[in-house]
Amino acid sequence: MKLIYYPGCTVKNHARNFDVSTVSSMERLDVEVEELSRWNCCGTVHCLASDNLINRVAPVTNLIRVKEAQASEFMTSCAMCYNTLKRANIDVKKRADALETLNEFMYLEETKYAGDVEVLHLLEYLRDRVTFEKLAARVKKPLAGLKVACYYGCLLVRPKEVAFDDVENPTIMEDLIRALGATPVPFPLKTDCCGAYHTVGKPEIIAERTDKIMGSAHEEQADLVIVSCPLCAYNLDFRQEDARRLNPDFHHLPVLYFTQLMALAFGCDESALRFDLHHIDPKPALAGLGLA
Amino acid sequence: MASTTLRITSARLRSPFVAQVEKISGQKLLACYQCGKCSAGCPMAAHMDILPNQIIRMAQLGMHEQLLACEAIWTCVSCMTCNTRCPKDIRIAEVIESLRGAVLRTGQRDDHLRIQEIDADVRTNLPPIAMISALRKLAS
Ligand code: SF4
Ligand code: SF4
Repeated sequence: MKLIYYPGCTVKNHARNFDVSTVSSMERLDVEVEELSRWNCCGTVHCLASDNLINRVAPVTNLIRVKEAQASEFMTSCAMCYNTLKRANIDVKKRADALETLNEFMYLEETKYAGDVEVLHLLEYLRDRVTFEKLAARVKKPLAGLKVACYYGCLLVRPKEVAFDDVENPTIMEDLIRALGATPVPFPLKTDCCGAYHTVGKPEIIAERTDKIMGSAHEEQADLVIVSCPLCAYNLDFRQEDARRLNPDFHHLPVLYFTQLMALAFGCDESALRFDLHHIDPKPALAGLGLA
Repeated sequence: MASTTLRITSARLRSPFVAQVEKISGQKLLACYQCGKCSAGCPMAAHMDILPNQIIRMAQLGMHEQLLACEAIWTCVSCMTCNTRCPKDIRIAEVIESLRGAVLRTGQRDDHLRIQEIDADVRTNLPPIAMISALRKLAS
């Protein structure tokens, strides 16, 4: 049985490193992934106004596409897509009247949505279906000596309804990287917000956030930080120059997707890692440990 | 924030504005007992002119003009930290979203992000996820 994979807009653009490392790692784990046919943008954020249904159209259309692929569940690796799709799904499942209005509005769709699709994040799929034991068994190049700060941000753990781990102190990524042979460092700011979309109009806010969050990872002596969200990745990686301007003592650290560490440990080559897409090159940190 | 004198009357507490905020956010504003936990954990607090607990207090009191003119409702990024920690289970982020809506839904459509004012170079470098989420939150 194939696993339907929803990549998302940024994963197919600026974050192709996330895409290729996801697909390559899943191959190594014998999971056959199939990209969802005719997927569209998830909408990126969940609208919080109870009377706004129009913003549910984008996520629900994707859930319809999953049904049309004869599947009852699908996986996404992007934390923002996961959060938006999952919350829309929870919302329309809870409100039958809202779902009916949506289906009526989307009358051109041949398939009606009935709340019958489940949204999974890649991390929970790896933990619950693949298992970290199997993951560990596929490691060709253990990431020995690599100290990793696991950054969750907001979208994997908040609100409570979408969290697949502890809201205040999640450890699923730490468990994953232990299976790869790396060492997680304590990271008090792992669920602190990176400033998200303020990167567009108020980059000074991101500079402050990046300085704090990456500074904390550096204090804990991490070699790098891993993430699951392309917006966090952009802010924490590409905004490091702004953080440096704000704080001359700021220390640059590479930011990777957790899937890139998997691909690296599974022995995938550079085409599955795409380190060329990073602002802070991860290679020096990895080369020091004989990993790149 | 500049000091404000406010005459609290039942007319304000039961104003259509308070009713609209409660309806659109789905929250009972008077449940808040001002413990301040929402503001204590807010990652944006340092960048706000009024704090999340003050937003709730001012909404309780129907301080319509001050709320819709403040910067803080645009600074909040819906990170949901306050929601998960509020001992009264108030969804502060939903209240703030309804306040942004109250501005964006008026005839003036006072957008708080003007894409045309951002450098073309900067725009191309930003990932789609940033542009779309910013527009969805800050523009009508
Ligand atoms: S955490 Fe809840 S009860 Fe406490 S001040 Fe904030 S909204 Fe009010
Ligand atoms: S949702 Fe808004 S108010 Fe609440 S903690 Fe996050 S930024 Fe602060």
